[in-house]
Amino acid sequence: MSLPVRPETDRRIDDLLARFPQKGSALLPALYLVQEEKGWVSEASMEYVAGKIGLSPAFVSGVVSFYTMFHRQPVGRHHVQICRTLPCALRGADALMAHAAKRLGVKDGQTRADGACSLASVECLGACDRAPFVQINDRDFGPVDPSGLDEILKRLE
Amino acid sequence: MAFEPLLTRNIHREGSESIDAYLASGGYQGLRRVLKEFTPEKFVEEVKTSGLRGRGGAGFPTGMKWGFLPKGREKPRYLCVNADESEPGTFKDRLLIEKDPHLVLEGIIASAYAIECNLAFFYIRGEFHQGCRTFEKAIAEARARGFLGKNILGSGFDLEIIVYRGAGAYICGEETALLESLEGKRGYPRIKPPFPAVVGLYGCPTIINNVETLANVTLIAERGSAWFAGIGRPPKNTGPKLFCISGHVKRPGVYEAPLGIPFLELLNERAGGMLHPSRPLKAAVPGGSSMKILPASKCDVLLDFDSLAAAGTSLGSAGGMVMDTGTCIVGALLNLARFYAHESCGQCTPCREGTGWLVKILSRLERGDGRPEDVGLLADIAFRIEGNTVCPFGEAIAWPVDSYVKAFREEFEDHARRKACPMRAAAGA
Ligand SMILES: Cc1cc2nc3c(=O)[nH]c(=O)nc-3n(C[C@H](O)[C@H](O)[C@H](O)COP(=O)(O)O)c2cc1C
Ligand code: SF4
Ligand code: FES
Repeated sequence: MSLPVRPETDRRIDDLLARFPQKGSALLPALYLVQEEKGWVSEASMEYVAGKIGLSPAFVSGVVSFYTMFHRQPVGRHHVQICRTLPCALRGADALMAHAAKRLGVKDGQTRADGACSLASVECLGACDRAPFVQINDRDFGPVDPSGLDEILKRLE
Repeated sequence: MAFEPLLTRNIHREGSESIDAYLASGGYQGLRRVLKEFTPEKFVEEVKTSGLRGRGGAGFPTGMKWGFLPKGREKPRYLCVNADESEPGTFKDRLLIEKDPHLVLEGIIASAYAIECNLAFFYIRGEFHQGCRTFEKAIAEARARGFLGKNILGSGFDLEIIVYRGAGAYICGEETALLESLEGKRGYPRIKPPFPAVVGLYGCPTIINNVETLANVTLIAERGSAWFAGIGRPPKNTGPKLFCISGHVKRPGVYEAPLGIPFLELLNERAGGMLHPSRPLKAAVPGGSSMKILPASKCDVLLDFDSLAAAGTSLGSAGGMVMDTGTCIVGALLNLARFYAHESCGQCTPCREGTGWLVKILSRLERGDGRPEDVGLLADIAFRIEGNTVCPFGEAIAWPVDSYVKAFREEFEDHARRKACPMRAAAGA
């Protein structure tokens, strides 16, 4: 049977299994590896990871759904996350979100049809001194005002 | 004597996160001293006499917590570093992780030595991508210089550290939820007792400490407990502290000061005062979003565990949030209630249902569909959550609701009476 992931990912998961005192601990990092390769965590990926660690697919799916950072659908190449919690809200997060939705042509929680980007409002990103704060994939930006967001997006395109 | 900032001594230097910069500032001398001059038991005593209280929220004395480990060594012991920092208004651990990871790492190694642990976990919130990269690199650097791995600095002490990324769940900052998550499960808090010091990770004795707590251990290793105990407001509020300030201030940020610095000094002198000159202070939450709010008239307080408890709130994680007179208190509380409803793990009915109900009521007040009985209902729901849940997340929403409604009751009633948000009406929205 062919592997549902690249051999490299499979080997890295084996490394994880050897690393922890109990195999279960490998679950979150293994899901991250799969997500890194595929961009999201599909049912097939969950079954594969469950098999590697010796867990039931239902258990794995229960874990995946608990955590917001595992994507159960593909997200855009640029995953734009805008913090909306109080310290960011006090400094204009709502207006920034409205601007982003207009500029990107997607609503909160949606991915554009061409797959270029997705937009999501998220809870406090632990950088409230740089409010309103934005994270795009693994990069941090803040404080960001509407024109600042336009600049950032232009640079990314 | 002038206060010398030590937790933040390096952060403004270029390349502060590298081991060379850290060594140049005298880094890892404390660890050398501990490994040479202290037995594990003696270093636990040293931390006890320093008076260090945990910086993660609850303020529990660190040395005493370490002392709760059972004496026998049938099972391995674990140290879990709580780097999950997700409390709204709090961003001090992020600063240390990104700008001075070795200051934290040195404290982790000294603490692991004290509690006789050979495998430690650094549980970092998944969104801290930069922090993860920086900390992984710091670990590799420390290993290359003999501060980690086998026989550290020739002392016979071995330690490995695994960086473990959370995946977006505020509740995983609660210590037992953190353990569940580390075991590869949903982050459901456990019922206590047993406490983690006795039954923790993989059923073994486990110590969970906050990032800033461990950075302070580095300072104690370096300068001794007497020095530490002389800073702040001894005997029970000792040491330096990182204070966060966000919201309507000119310079939001992290500021280091001795425990017991006046809040108004932090606000006016460090953070540059209010953002808009025409809008004075309305209220502040000095401790982070899950703590009680203080109206401006009560903000003349000292920032330490006991002073804030006396003022009817808590130091929490020192995540100070500042609101000016342009803020709608109902809207602010709605924002927080949404956060807590989103982050409830869902295990207990009062928390799961109560947070959702709070959002519903606050939304209708804010929208202009409020009813006269809603204000009383909010307080009633908070009362029913408090004390009836598995973990303190219940209080983390009950306290804000109760205190916002108490301090600003008229504003809530006004929303219900006018069937509108007066702030938005005034702004012409
Ligand atoms: C809902 C909730 C969230 C928490 N989040 C954090 C956190 O992000 N970081 C942290 O260090 N402690 C957090 N805590 C406190 C931890 O449970 C624990 O008390 C702390 O990590 C112990 O470390 P310390 O003794 O060094 O303070 C949280 C507690 C609760 C109830
Ligand atoms: S109080 Fe809330 S967060 Fe804590 S265990 Fe219960 S449901 Fe979960
Ligand atoms: S509220 Fe936005 S980063 Fe904290």
